[in-house]
Amino acid sequence: MPAFTSAEYLAILLSLKVATVATLVSLPFGFGVAYLMTYRQFRGKVALDVAVNLPLTLPPVVIGYILLLLLGQEGFIGQHLLQPLGIRLIFTWKAAVIATAVVGFPLMVRSIRLGMEGVDERLIQVARTLGAGWFDTIVTVIIPLSLRGIAAGSVLMFARGLGEFGATIVVAGNIPGVTQTIPLAIYEYASSPDGDRMALALCLVSVLISVVVLLLHEYLNRRIARAD
Amino acid sequence: MELHVALQKSFGAFSLDVSFTVRGERIGVFGPSGSGKSTLVSLLAGLQQPDNGIIRLDGELLYDSHDATNIPPEQRRIGIVFQHPYLFPHMSVKGNLLYGYKRSAPANRRIDFDSLVAVLQLDHLLSRGVHNLSGGEKQRVAIGRTVLSSPRLLLMDEPLSALDDTLKFQIIDYLKAASEAFRIPYLFISHSLLEMRIMADRVLAASAGRIEAQTTTEDLARSRMGLSPVGYINLLQLAHPRKVDGMSAYAWGGTELLISADGDHPESLFELSSKDIILIKQHPDAISARNLLDCTVSGTFRSGGKVGVELACGDGRLVAEVVQQAACELGIEIGSRLFAAIKASAFRRLG
Repeated sequence: MPAFTSAEYLAILLSLKVATVATLVSLPFGFGVAYLMTYRQFRGKVALDVAVNLPLTLPPVVIGYILLLLLGQEGFIGQHLLQPLGIRLIFTWKAAVIATAVVGFPLMVRSIRLGMEGVDERLIQVARTLGAGWFDTIVTVIIPLSLRGIAAGSVLMFARGLGEFGATIVVAGNIPGVTQTIPLAIYEYASSPDGDRMALALCLVSVLISVVVLLLHEYLNRRIARAD
Repeated sequence: MELHVALQKSFGAFSLDVSFTVRGERIGVFGPSGSGKSTLVSLLAGLQQPDNGIIRLDGELLYDSHDATNIPPEQRRIGIVFQHPYLFPHMSVKGNLLYGYKRSAPANRRIDFDSLVAVLQLDHLLSRGVHNLSGGEKQRVAIGRTVLSSPRLLLMDEPLSALDDTLKFQIIDYLKAASEAFRIPYLFISHSLLEMRIMADRVLAASAGRIEAQTTTEDLARSRMGLSPVGYINLLQLAHPRKVDGMSAYAWGGTELLISADGDHPESLFELSSKDIILIKQHPDAISARNLLDCTVSGTFRSGGKVGVELACGDGRLVAEVVQQAACELGIEIGSRLFAAIKASAFRRLG
């Protein structure tokens, strides 16, 4: 096992940071969209469904490129929203978070939706007739009973985030110590003549993190099952 | 309680179009499945929106399509007991019971937690999860949970249909005890005439999305006598039996009724079909039926080609049915004297 330099440690930490922040930031939105798709009838529901699921079928590079066009200095959001506020996203770790969040979002929404669809509608009706408003019902009935779906969605997104490559490299670049995550570092080592051992070592780290994440998911699942 | 409803709602081929004003504390909604009873429950509670119409409870407007009034379900104070208990699986029995109680305005809380727990006999279950309760226990918790939210009106949507007969009559006792102790007006929805007669005084008869009639449970039972294969069911609340030759003798109408069902219970509800009463003009010398009651005809009514004969025996009342020809031969008219022969095995204990 080769000795990691600070660049590799930074890549590992950054991967964890990007995946964690992307998951946490997406969770309220993912929950909101899943709630709308499960419980509300509105015009444009199909359009929202398609938009949310689009990243699942699009090549990540395409998503990265669209984000670059939107968030860059000439882009609509970049020019009118970010620049006046003095925010620069492109080629920072925050851009990696956004790319990761967009790519993982459909996985998160799907899992939470599955969880919500498993909640008996009658329980929600009972809560309402017992005096709980819709927000109260979400907090005291829907969230506790769809916890398994929420946990699964978060874990899926986190795991997907650790592996995010295509969108990230376009929108955040591959700057060691700044935006270089594990997959980007592996890519760099794999394309340099004597980087094989380092690439392999980082692969091993990737496998280890993934195993830990999956074990954590299993543990959470069992705890929730026991609480039920 | 006064409830005024005029509502229309269509889904596909089915349309609900009801209009009624009903007053009372124990109201029944009777009709076959598919007659729109459960839809009515959802509309009253605000769980579904009518296409148009009006709902007014005790003078307060809950829904009016003309001025877009639509009080949300959590503010209507209309509680529902469904056919299945629908307990919150992630809460304990106590957590379930207190869910509505905690959310009710303190000024509206009329029901004391401890007295409800005592009436429904839930004290030993409070700390338990809801997964290990029996069917009857679950339904008791569901009833308690709704009652504790201090609703102005309780909707019971076939609350007994999922229970077997024994359990059904246990839950009926709890329902009656709770409604008597806490005096919450209710709408009892059922397709069972027997449940209707035990639980309700006035009845709205529903059929194919319409309320066809508003009547008393007694009149409803009489009008259906001639159409029903079991006739009119006489309900007799009898108590303190004594043993006689392997049968139970219960005091009733100034005499005694001999019943072959064993009498272990201090108090029982028995049913007796109008078809199981034989009317005789003169006292026979001997008869195999163990009950021969000396009665006076206090009234007659017609139902589906049959004649219902209301018999007074002391302070007891029974309804027997005969065909028209028999009524003529017996010379039945108000005030005439008849003997009613009933086999001891014709009585069936409910529950």
